[in-house]
Amino acid sequence: MLESLLPILIFSALALAVIGAVRRIRLWRQGRPARVDLLRGLAAMPRRYLVDLHHVVARDKVMSNTHVATAGGFVAAAVLMILVHGLGLGSSERMGPILGGLLLLASAAMFVGSLFVAKRRRDPPARLSKGPWMRLPKSLMAFSASVFLLTLPTLGILPAGTGSVILALALAAALVWGLGEMFFGMTWGGPMKHAFAGALHLAFHRRPERFSTKGGEGNRSTGLKALNLDDAKAPLGVETPSDFTWNQLLGFDACVQCGRCEAMCPAFAAGQPLNPKKLIQDMVVGMAGGSDAGYAGRPYPGKPIGEHAGSPHGPIVAREGTALVDAETLWSCTTCRACVEECPMMIEHVDAIVDMRRFLTLEQGNTPGKGAEVLDNLIATDNPGGFDPGSRMHWAADLDLPLMRDLGQVDVLLWLGDGVFDMRNQRTLRALVKVLRAAGVDFAVLGNEERDSGDVARRLGDEATFQSLAKRNIATLSQYRFQCIVTCDPHSFHVLKNEYGELGGPDVNANWEVRHHSTYIAELFEAGRLHFLPWKGGSVTYHDPCYLGRYNGEYEAPRNVLKALGIEVAEMQRSGFRSRCCGGGGGAPIIDIPGKQRIPDMRMNDVKEAGAELVAVGCPQCTAMLEGVVDTTAEVRDIAELVADALVEPPADAGSGRDGDRASQPAAEARPVAKEVTS
Amino acid sequence: MRPEAQRESVLDVAVLLSVGRHPVTGRARRADQDARGVELALALDRAHLTLLHAGPRDEESEGALRGYLGMGIPALTLIEQPPGADVIPALAARLNEAGAQLVIAGERAEQGEGSGMLPYLLAERLGWPLVGGLAAVEKVENGVATLLQALPRGQRRRLQVRLPAIVTVDAAAAAARQSAFGPARRGEIEAESAVVEWDEVQAEWSVAPARKRPKRLKIVKAASARDRFKAAAAKAEGGSGQVLNDVTPEQGAEAIFKLLKDEGVLR
Repeated sequence: MLESLLPILIFSALALAVIGAVRRIRLWRQGRPARVDLLRGLAAMPRRYLVDLHHVVARDKVMSNTHVATAGGFVAAAVLMILVHGLGLGSSERMGPILGGLLLLASAAMFVGSLFVAKRRRDPPARLSKGPWMRLPKSLMAFSASVFLLTLPTLGILPAGTGSVILALALAAALVWGLGEMFFGMTWGGPMKHAFAGALHLAFHRRPERFSTKGGEGNRSTGLKALNLDDAKAPLGVETPSDFTWNQLLGFDACVQCGRCEAMCPAFAAGQPLNPKKLIQDMVVGMAGGSDAGYAGRPYPGKPIGEHAGSPHGPIVAREGTALVDAETLWSCTTCRACVEECPMMIEHVDAIVDMRRFLTLEQGNTPGKGAEVLDNLIATDNPGGFDPGSRMHWAADLDLPLMRDLGQVDVLLWLGDGVFDMRNQRTLRALVKVLRAAGVDFAVLGNEERDSGDVARRLGDEATFQSLAKRNIATLSQYRFQCIVTCDPHSFHVLKNEYGELGGPDVNANWEVRHHSTYIAELFEAGRLHFLPWKGGSVTYHDPCYLGRYNGEYEAPRNVLKALGIEVAEMQRSGFRSRCCGGGGGAPIIDIPGKQRIPDMRMNDVKEAGAELVAVGCPQCTAMLEGVVDTTAEVRDIAELVADALVEPPADAGSGRDGDRASQPAAEARPVAKEVTS
Repeated sequence: MRPEAQRESVLDVAVLLSVGRHPVTGRARRADQDARGVELALALDRAHLTLLHAGPRDEESEGALRGYLGMGIPALTLIEQPPGADVIPALAARLNEAGAQLVIAGERAEQGEGSGMLPYLLAERLGWPLVGGLAAVEKVENGVATLLQALPRGQRRRLQVRLPAIVTVDAAAAAARQSAFGPARRGEIEAESAVVEWDEVQAEWSVAPARKRPKRLKIVKAASARDRFKAAAAKAEGGSGQVLNDVTPEQGAEAIFKLLKDEGVLR
């Protein structure tokens, strides 16, 4: 009886799965077109899964082994089951025992894996979604156990008629449950959807350059993608779920609701109304249409579940009342990328948030808080504070800084950033200038020709102002010749390095060598051009700026500089790629969405827990945010300041004074005599 | 003209726009007061908005005018006038022709002559009443508008004025909403030609950048921080001013001349 029933069950489950898949694909295709190399993506998919995705999953060893056993067991068992039970190869003379044996092995592995899944679900961490996910281990066990037991008679291990009809029916029922969850649920929206959507998401990812290839590591692809502003018909950002590109919608559907993003999100921890996992689930709700009542994870802090609903062509953010998501959810994000870094499904949360912010700013003119004022200032004065652009160099009136305009060609172009208007950051800049001079670096600044890099405008969704600033900065920079740009602002660093290139145009190359000052100081030290006094202070910890670390992968250089200073870094629990944001990115301090606590307070608490008396930073935003915390025991110093304080005069034979240093440099001789550049 | 129709349906509102100038960088922008005027008009119920700008059509002014469109307005009318033209006849003709009931303008332009005279000259020419320093339009009923006028130190005065009328707004009115790129780019600037009358008086003027005006120092003789705080927070006192009633223009001028000499403004 079972021999005839099994193929029917298997193939009807497969047929239903195919119908579900078509329906799901149609949901994704509501999105805007995107240029994706489909075949190459599909070919790269196994590697992306086995290497890149696994690399993220493997940060949790137990879970990664569980997933290998369960998922590997399932894929093998499913294929073998179709061959053995579906096509009846199990009874063939030659292949039968081999295939059947393998099937037993695979289903056993899957069963063991599902035991671990069940164990984790017994007292699940708060970040995991409950609801349908709670039945998943049982479904996995039903599938694996029933397949295992049903295969035993086929192999002749048990005689064909063992047990009663009731037992056979019970097994068949368990198999139906298992097939329903694993095949039918995979494409009809059950928890197993993540496998189907996830595999295609990896294949058609919007940032294919993120993934490693056989040749080497993947690139960090973190720069936001530019909007086409020349085409008046091209939409400005995302208003409705169907305004996302189809592969973004596919990406949202891939979410496994593991909540690693929510565990890392600084805004969520601060009680601001953002939860990256819920946001992605809301996009899934919007794509299919309906309300968020079925969501079984933690909500946005302070926003009960069940009050929001949306549809594929309805607005995501309502001008009045509620729609799918409230605007303050989108504006709570600091764009720190902790969620993207943690996401095992490689979902791009920050891209989606900025896409939606773009619509709010560019179409609705609804940038909250001080956002509108800052954008107006950027348009009118090229800096967010509305200061006179002619006063950009006032902080350095006594430093006699060489100007690019006078020199035309130098080794290092020092990009100062908007910190020039901030008295705290001026101390960092002065320290950096002192260090560069001590090392005899041939450098110059743009002076009043410099403008805001456009970072804040872009993260606030004002792509038009960003591109305007960027294009003018590119025009200025392309007049001059330099080997690299050095800056103490990771935000400018990121934008100059990763986001200007796209805007260069046919005859303007906007790809420069850009270095953060910590990287450059580390290089100077290694080249023997800097000499330090031994460190006499107390214990020091280091705070990784998001835009230096997660965005650009620079974790080592700042630590090397601190090591060179003789400092042993007492690492915070969350450091390196898991560093907690200071709360200063993405225009979050400008918008200032209220929460239960402040993000920098939490970060300074981390510093305290590390037992540090001083926290070294490498970012003007981090300095401002962390120094703004009251009642702390730790001092906040920029790496440049620590280096400048520890400087000692180089040995006498290297020459003394600035002119001597300059003369010892071959690059300085190659420089033409200073002349006025007319522009 | 048509009070019956207006009671039922829409109120024709015209907002006069100028090209502003950023106080720090001098870049062209939507003028702050005019943008507040647009905001005031947008807050009116059942109003039909016409945005008018009289001036030359060039790239700089277009950018600034698009700043107003970015507030969510589909189109504005540009009455083309060359630089050096007197825009009042053209504006008056256009307002008469369009049958505007309520005309909203800023107190004064941010560049050019910036005398703040335009609304007054326009009101004189049209024979309409003018209310300055408006904070809000409370309601419009039966051709009568109830207005809230801003007075110094946060005081408000409620006024009723029969339409058509001209009102001007300053910083007391609600701040203008953000100008968004999308609507600004989509909005249309409909250019219209109009009669050109040259401003012959202005042509004879010589124009120089303004110097900062000298500011009278307030000398506070205070022993304690409390006294200094009180002095800083005190109301500006009228002090030694005098009110002249029933004097001839010559006597009035004489009094002003004497005051200016006493203050050292004229030597």
